[in-house]
Amino acid sequence: MRTNRRSWLAIAALLALSGVSSCKKGKSDEIVIGHYASMSGNTAHYGQDTDKAIRMAVDEVNAGGGVLGKQVKVVTLDTRGDSAEAANAVTRLIDVEKSVALLGEVASSLSLSGGRVAQRRKVPMVTPSSTNPKVTEVGDHIFRVCFLDPFQGKVMAKFARENLKLERVAILKDVKNDYSIGLAEAFKGSFSALGGKIVMEQSYGQGDTDFSAQVTAIKNSDAQAIFVPGYYAEVGAIARTAQRLDVKLPLLGGDGWDAPDLFKIGGDALNGSYYSNHFAPDAATPKAKKFVADFKAKHGAEPTGLGALGYDAAAVLLDAIKRAGKTDGDALRDALAATKDFEGVTGSITIDSARNPEKSAVVLEIKDGRAKYAATVNP
Amino acid sequence: MTRWLVRVAVSTAVVAGIYGIGAGVEATMIEYVQRIVLIAGINVILAVGLGLINGTTGQFSIGHAGFMAIGAYTAAFTGVQLAPALSGLAGAGALSEAVTFNLALLAGAVMAGVAGLLVGIPSLRLKGDYLAIVTLGFGEIIRLLFNNTQALGAATGYFGNDPSGLPPYTSFFWVYLWVVVIVLVIRNITFSQTGRSLTAIREDEIAAEAMATPTTRLKVTAFSISAATAGIAGGLFAHMQSGIRPEDFKFEKSIDMIVMIIIGGLGSITGAIIGGIFLAVTLELMRDLQEWRLILYALLLVVIMIVRPQGLLGTRELSLAMFARKKAPSKP
Amino acid sequence: MSQFIQQVINGLSLGSIYALIALGYTMVYGVLKLINFAHSEVFMVGAYSGFYAATFLGIDALDQSGQSFPLYLALVVLIVAMLVSATLGMTIERLAYRPLRNAPRLTPLITAIGMSLLLQNLGMLIFTPNPRRYPPILREVRFDFGGVIVTNIKLTIFAVAMALMVGLWFLVNRTWTGRAMRAVSMNLDAARLMGIDPDRTIGKTFAIGSALAAAGGILFGLDQITINPTMGTLTGLKAFVAAVLGGIGNIPGAALGGLLIGLSEQLVAGYISPDYRDAITFLILIVILILRPEGILGVVRQEKV
Repeated sequence: MRTNRRSWLAIAALLALSGVSSCKKGKSDEIVIGHYASMSGNTAHYGQDTDKAIRMAVDEVNAGGGVLGKQVKVVTLDTRGDSAEAANAVTRLIDVEKSVALLGEVASSLSLSGGRVAQRRKVPMVTPSSTNPKVTEVGDHIFRVCFLDPFQGKVMAKFARENLKLERVAILKDVKNDYSIGLAEAFKGSFSALGGKIVMEQSYGQGDTDFSAQVTAIKNSDAQAIFVPGYYAEVGAIARTAQRLDVKLPLLGGDGWDAPDLFKIGGDALNGSYYSNHFAPDAATPKAKKFVADFKAKHGAEPTGLGALGYDAAAVLLDAIKRAGKTDGDALRDALAATKDFEGVTGSITIDSARNPEKSAVVLEIKDGRAKYAATVNP
Repeated sequence: MTRWLVRVAVSTAVVAGIYGIGAGVEATMIEYVQRIVLIAGINVILAVGLGLINGTTGQFSIGHAGFMAIGAYTAAFTGVQLAPALSGLAGAGALSEAVTFNLALLAGAVMAGVAGLLVGIPSLRLKGDYLAIVTLGFGEIIRLLFNNTQALGAATGYFGNDPSGLPPYTSFFWVYLWVVVIVLVIRNITFSQTGRSLTAIREDEIAAEAMATPTTRLKVTAFSISAATAGIAGGLFAHMQSGIRPEDFKFEKSIDMIVMIIIGGLGSITGAIIGGIFLAVTLELMRDLQEWRLILYALLLVVIMIVRPQGLLGTRELSLAMFARKKAPSKP
Repeated sequence: MSQFIQQVINGLSLGSIYALIALGYTMVYGVLKLINFAHSEVFMVGAYSGFYAATFLGIDALDQSGQSFPLYLALVVLIVAMLVSATLGMTIERLAYRPLRNAPRLTPLITAIGMSLLLQNLGMLIFTPNPRRYPPILREVRFDFGGVIVTNIKLTIFAVAMALMVGLWFLVNRTWTGRAMRAVSMNLDAARLMGIDPDRTIGKTFAIGSALAAAGGILFGLDQITINPTMGTLTGLKAFVAAVLGGIGNIPGAALGGLLIGLSEQLVAGYISPDYRDAITFLILIVILILRPEGILGVVRQEKV
């Protein structure tokens, strides 16, 4: 009897758990935009930052009366940084939440997973910050508002070779991260083509915390700088490790560095390093300055490049809905494809025939624990 | 002769039934729900297969995600290589797709089964938690190997040659046809002479050995079959997902499988089926809870283990007779 | 050559952290025959307790003004973290493992995995998933020996780890508590007959193991610069491998195993490829379990029928 009661208790608990759900229906007087992002898990800060900026862009449009006479609603679903979950989330955004268009994912692998679903269902998707070339190759409904890894790699190679006059560089890449691998490849190709030499290639895995073996190996090569195309947490720790092992080489990197926490972790060990990014808060256009100020006022922190791209992705999408005059998938796709000279926070955006923007990149120099504008590199 | 005919008739009816239900599901349900239904089917395959080794035989594997990965990668790769040859042979169309897909799945199952054999032979000499930790180690090594294999896309994952990813072969019909096949196979093993021997190993390995049960051979066989079913599930997953990454087969995936069989009851096939479906539905329903979701999930696991460690059904099977007689039948 | 010596020094300091964590696994396995998966999260919570304690004691202001953190406060941070983790370890034992004392051996194992998941996800909720820089409770001083860099941090890690391990050895071999622990680990029922309260002894074992893990967490933070809520998973698993390598249930074995794993990781990463660092550690686990499950220093125990 006792076990019987216990089993019923267990069944009841399970049923109660599966009852935790909510039902939402899209109302006809609003336009729903779906956002899928890592809101939990260990890449949550990327998703959360992007989501804040997307909501800012949408709130501004809603305050001005919305688009097509309707208010815009953003529905955000969590992907937990998992590709199967990303596909689930996108399917649900389309089928249940009735999204007319999608924004999403920072990580390219998740944009690929979600993008394939969006493409099959003919729902336009704009990814704010997936820089892997493969993402927009998925199909004609997939767009992006950021530059691509090959371009970014070329930018840093050019900057290292021409501005810094470097000849020998070591690479320390994250092999668990396709972004890092792609960027390292692009840098390697361009830097060699410009007459430089890659003297050593070392690697680590995302989430690693010990880099002393790699840095020690690089110390014993004759490199003049280390290209570290990774995410900020590891980059900060790598900088500290280098300092600790008395390696006085500048680090070079890409937009994965862009986070306020980079300086908290790396501190003065980062001084004299350079990275490429989508925008520089201190050399921004009036529009970008306003965005930075608004974001600071609302969230109490400076936005990252990811945030700025999230804002731009939402703004480009809303502009396309306005120009299309309707929210039908194909019309929206055509309007997105026709985006020309759109003034965004991260610069002027013109979508080319491969659904990528033609944009310039900026290079930032780290001085006294802050990133300062150093150069603009055009495509 | 007539028995044979009856069997053919029943099988045909079952296949037609799955096909009919599949057509119905695809016509009436939104894709989002269909996806959950597919995931539930794949979960059932994983849970029933894992149940054979963890439940019936009592040898705990906590690294089955590795075998799922081997199945997924093998099936995806084989499918991509076979598709042009077969469509050249039989013409492009549903038939050549079906043949390609099932050959790919079988290749995945064979590779996973062989891997299970290779892992099982040395590991199954160990018992209990030592075995568990060795399977965990193997699972992680398999994933790290895929992570470092450039030909299969390394960390980026494998998506075939088409930018739109692997062909979406996985449909209701194929998933549930495989569910039926695998449930029948596992059921027939469990309730056969071999199955009793496996249960004997679970209850008391030394006594079983004393009764001249070839324990090592049986354990390795069960382990290999269980790995092969995980391989089938991996192949179905790969072609549903249109691409796979090493990250899809982390340790957490193995935990998911264990949760499925624990919810239903270790050593119960019907329990595993219930657990597989439950997990697919619940995790999706709890998506809105965001970071609380995994906390509740972990809490559920701990509470079940403390309150009812044998799961909902224990080693019992759910059957219609159970309801008719209002009393659980004793285990056959 | 200087590169090799550098890798060895780094390996030994990483290894002594593994050793501290491995002790917790080994002690719990000794008394309960349970792989306490939640131990890796106790280690993580220890690191975070140290983080918050140091922040509370005003390290940020000191750091910004270039002053170093007083040594006695660093000691306070260490003790606070050890107390928090010890309490957490005992609570986990009380809530999740004690009710399962007589269950089949795999039931507590699954519960332990569940507890580990639970604590990790709670950690992400409370501490946020963002990696944090560990507060510099020790100001770094570098010594250069002909290209080989040794920092006072590496030396401290080694010294603290060794001191704690020697202390533990005395506790286990020279005190009544230690004698009770050894008795429980040999035979719980017989120990009960000798008037030892097994529940209390097991509780103490968890407390001590968890406190050592917290010390490991603080040293880890100092050594590795950043911490995050998932830091325990891989580190814990490697520490467990260290415990198995040395001979599970054996305290000097855990120390030896930890140092060996740390060294092997650093040398594999430096001379073969960092990509295979984790894979080789798991391979060591498998090979040792299959060829010599009792570990390097372990004693073969005949299984009773």
